[in-house]
Parts: sequence; structure tokens; C-alpha cells
Amino acid sequence: MTASPAIDAPDKAAPERIGRQGRRLIYRHPLPIRLTHWINAAVLLVLLMSGLQIFNAHPALYWGAVSTFDTPALAITSEESGGANRGVVYLGDRKFDTTGVLGLSKANGVEADRAFPSWATLPSNQDLATGRRWHFLFAWLLVINGAIYLIYGLVSGQLRRRLIPEGDQIRDFGGSVKEHLLLHFPEGEEAKRYNVIQKLTYLGVVLVLLPAMVLAGLAMSPGVDAAWPWLTELFGGRQSARSIHFIAAGLLVLFVVVHVALVLVSGVFNNLRGMITGWFSIGRVRPAGEEAR
Amino acid sequence: MILHRRRLLTATAGLAGTALLGGCDRFATTDAGRRTLGAGEDANLYVQRLLMSGTTTAREFPESMISPWFKPNGSIDPPDRAYKAMAAKNFSDFKLTVDGLVDTPLSLSLADLRALPSRTQITRHDCVEGWSCIGKWSGVALAEVLKRAGLKPQARYAVLHCADTLEYASADGAWLKPKDPSAVREAHAAYVQLAAAGDWGGSPTGTQDGDSNDAADDGSGGGRPIRYYESIDLFDAFNPQTILAYDLNGKALPVSNGAPLRLRVERQLGYKNAKYVMRVEMVSSLAGFGDGKGGYWEDRGYEWYAGI
Repeated sequence: MTASPAIDAPDKAAPERIGRQGRRLIYRHPLPIRLTHWINAAVLLVLLMSGLQIFNAHPALYWGAVSTFDTPALAITSEESGGANRGVVYLGDRKFDTTGVLGLSKANGVEADRAFPSWATLPSNQDLATGRRWHFLFAWLLVINGAIYLIYGLVSGQLRRRLIPEGDQIRDFGGSVKEHLLLHFPEGEEAKRYNVIQKLTYLGVVLVLLPAMVLAGLAMSPGVDAAWPWLTELFGGRQSARSIHFIAAGLLVLFVVVHVALVLVSGVFNNLRGMITGWFSIGRVRPAGEEAR
Repeated sequence: MILHRRRLLTATAGLAGTALLGGCDRFATTDAGRRTLGAGEDANLYVQRLLMSGTTTAREFPESMISPWFKPNGSIDPPDRAYKAMAAKNFSDFKLTVDGLVDTPLSLSLADLRALPSRTQITRHDCVEGWSCIGKWSGVALAEVLKRAGLKPQARYAVLHCADTLEYASADGAWLKPKDPSAVREAHAAYVQLAAAGDWGGSPTGTQDGDSNDAADDGSGGGRPIRYYESIDLFDAFNPQTILAYDLNGKALPVSNGAPLRLRVERQLGYKNAKYVMRVEMVSSLAGFGDGKGGYWEDRGYEWYAGI
């Protein structure tokens, strides 16, 4: 095993070496990025599941300062229909039958009226108090981990160098979309940097979605609202903040689903090695004869 | 090598998933787990207190934003006979007791309370479940009442003792949770003695009145009524917006919203805003009340500091 570089120097070119079977390996992710990435993944999972537990205590969303109980923007509930209980989701006036997953699902083999099913919540049974404790402790971990990531990213220049799209990438935005849709992934020099869609998505998640998530969460706190009323107002009121918090959670889930899918199809073991050891393969060194031609 | 790594990764992912799904539930029920998870609450209390001063108030809203219906939650019709007797007389013989670590214990009727300087505020009530309502509250600042009683230097918390029984503790300590309102009434008839106004709540020092009331209930069938209670510290007790409210939206507080008197502590969640307040007891420690966590819901796992 080759030793990792002693320091993650903010030099232009990432360290590079030739691995087994002639793989060209670049040192893609410095240790602080790898650590904060995996901590973030675990913390977000706990926050999502405990968040769904909290949502289940009042599974409806509203816009504005207060709850308009008769006219929720979204409600997940159960109702009787034709002698049987059905799980239903109301999105405004539209109604969807979601029996088995949302509104009505089985917990330990017993049918239960609950917005999100047992397997999606933390704790698995209905327990708002414990769900809140998980959520608030891990919210602190998210903020501290996120701060470490951002400070490291800014000071080391990683954030600017790795995530800000370069001029040629912006000009070829359409080409990148096409490559994505065809699931063509670059090798060689081009694989040393993220493509433009990747860069913009990561920037959006890191600088917009996650901070919005934290701020919308804080905006729901009556204590923070007393201290910083402008924050709750920024989101259009407490119930709007709650809805935005929920939507942002949905967008994060969507991001993770797409992220994991692309990790799987673009070389899962190379990607995982990159995020675990730091070393990422950008292809093989061509045999000498081939290069001479 | 690749295969090893593959197996290692799969095993790690599987282990992590199992540990998370199964282990988290178990972890949360252990003492160490509870303490660990409680660290978030400590951090929230510490940081929020840094952001606020004693006089920082919650936002107040215009009349036009008052919710057409202020959702009553928790107890909405206390089953206690003493309470029902008081309600039948429109709370004319209601007396708020202020005692504990005070220089002058007080006993104040609704007329006495209404004669004190009043404060009206239109604020948003945020339930721990997630919903919010805006209501207009009128009442007397708790600080006004406490100033008249005079605090002893050891006083650190105000404990609010309430009239509503939520469940019964059996003689062996198990919870007997009433399943429906009629069960509450039946159990009540069997167990609960009439509690004279002013006898609400057991005191850690064992005031005769409080204990004799509970003891009588135990003797009559082993079900001690567990009434709602809450507590706040002096930082919140002396906030100008912390009031004992007797009016909601310009009318006498309805039973469902906590008649005749409820606490409004606007920088915290709904469950801190105790309804049916009968007695304010100033204490130096919350040990000795209920399970010692400072409130009915706190004893059942909710945070004592409900600023988030």
C-alpha cells in the first residue's frame, strides 16, 4: 500500500500515482472531506428518520404563520372507504391512495394509522419525545460537521477549485447534460474534475439546501423566533418554515437517490475507494506500444 | 483484494444499517442513551439563552392574524370533581395559591388577579406536535404576582400545579392510563377525593394539605391521580410576556383552553403553557415533583427547556 501524501497541500494538481494493473490513481478526496462526507451521510439519515417521526405527530403542512386546520397544503391521514381503512395523502384538493406506505401501514404486523411507516421513523414506534431528542442532538452534529467542511473547503481552496465550474464547462453545459443522459463518464484528464452538473448540484446542496434546512429548522423554534424574528419572517412564517423544512428534506432525499444511483453506475468501487481512501482511478495507463503509435 | 474489499464494504454497510435501525431504538431507552440524547437540549438551552435577554419577548401579531379557532389540546375538560364544582360556580370561589419559597404566601381570587395591572398580547402558540395558532391573551404578569409575594433568595423555579388529572398511578407504581373520557370519569369517581382549592400538588417538603389529599386517594383504591404540572425558571418567570392569562380573545378563558387561569410563557412550546393553574409554588429544586423532571410531559421524556 502506497503511503498517502502527508499533507493535503492546496497545490493545483492532485497527487497522482500508478496503481496495480496500471491504474492511474489521483488523490481526489483529502481526509477532512472524506470524514465529513461520511459523518454527514450518517447524520442526515438519523435526521431524516427522526424528522419523519416528528412529522408524524401532526402529519399536515400549512403556509403562513399558523395552521389552517381545515385546509392543509398537505395532509397524510387515514380514512374509511368502503368498509376498509385506507391511507391517503391530500395535496391541496387532490387525494392519493397510499395504503401500506403513507397514512396506513403495518408496524410489527399490526395495521397502524401513521403518516410515515414504522421502518422510516426513528424510533420505529410512535414516540415524539425521543424523536425530538435524536433530531436536536444530530442537528448540532450536522451544523458542527458542516462548519468543519465549509471552513476546510474555503481555507484549503478545495471548495473553489473543486466545485466552481470552469469557463469551458459552463460553455459546454449542453454537452454535459447529454453525457449524463447517456451515462457516459469521462476518463483520463477530464475525470480529474467534476463535470458541470455535478459541480452545480454539489454547490446547491452544500451552500443552499443544507443551510436552508438548518435555518428553516431554527425558524420553527419559538426561542429563536423571539431572538431573531426576521428569520421566521424570511420563511414567511412558522408554518411556512415547517413546510419548507419538509420540502428541503424531500429534495435532499432526491439528491441522495440520484447521487447513489450515479455512484453505482459510474464505477461503484472506484467511487467508494475514492471517498474511503482518497484514491480515485481515472483510467489505465496505455501500454507503451499503443502510446508510440 | 477487490473481492475482500467488496465483502468488507458490504459487511460494513449491512452492519451500519442494522445497528442504526435496531440499535438506535434500544440505545434511546438506556440511561447512557438518554443522557447522550439530552445533550442536544442542554446545548439548545445554553445557546438560546445567549441569544436572548430577560426582556426579549416573542413576536406579537396584529388583531387581523388571530386564528378563528384556537385549538385546545391535552386536557380539554378536566375530570376532577373539585374542578367541576368550581367550574359550575363559574370559578367564583377559585383561589390561586402562591407559596413555597416566598416571604408572603398569597391566595388570590380571579377578582384579585383582575385588579392587578393587566397585560394583553397577541402571540403565536406553537405546539410540540408542530401546529400553531395565534390568540389574544390578557392576564397579569407572573412577575407582578411574585413581586407581591416576595421571593426568598433560594427560589429558583416556579412550579405550576394544575387542576387536571391525566392519569392514575396504581399503588405498585404502574401507570393506569385512562383510555377514554368515560373511563376517566369512572376511575375518578372511584379514586379521587374532593380536593379543596389550595390543596393542589404534592410538595417535596410534604405540606399536610397536599399529602393528605393524595393519601386519601391511595387509601380508596390505590390510584393516585397524576395531575398536570409544569415549571419555569426565574429567567422566564420574570419576562414581561410571561403572564397568568384569564382572557382569550377578549373573553373569559374557556374550559377547553385552561379556565380559569393558564400560564403563557411565549418563548417556549405549548406544553410549558400550563392550563388550569391552581397554585404557583416557588422552589429551589425540581426534585420531588413527579419524577423530578419538572413537568408532566418532562417526566414522559419531553425536554424541560422547550424553546425549540
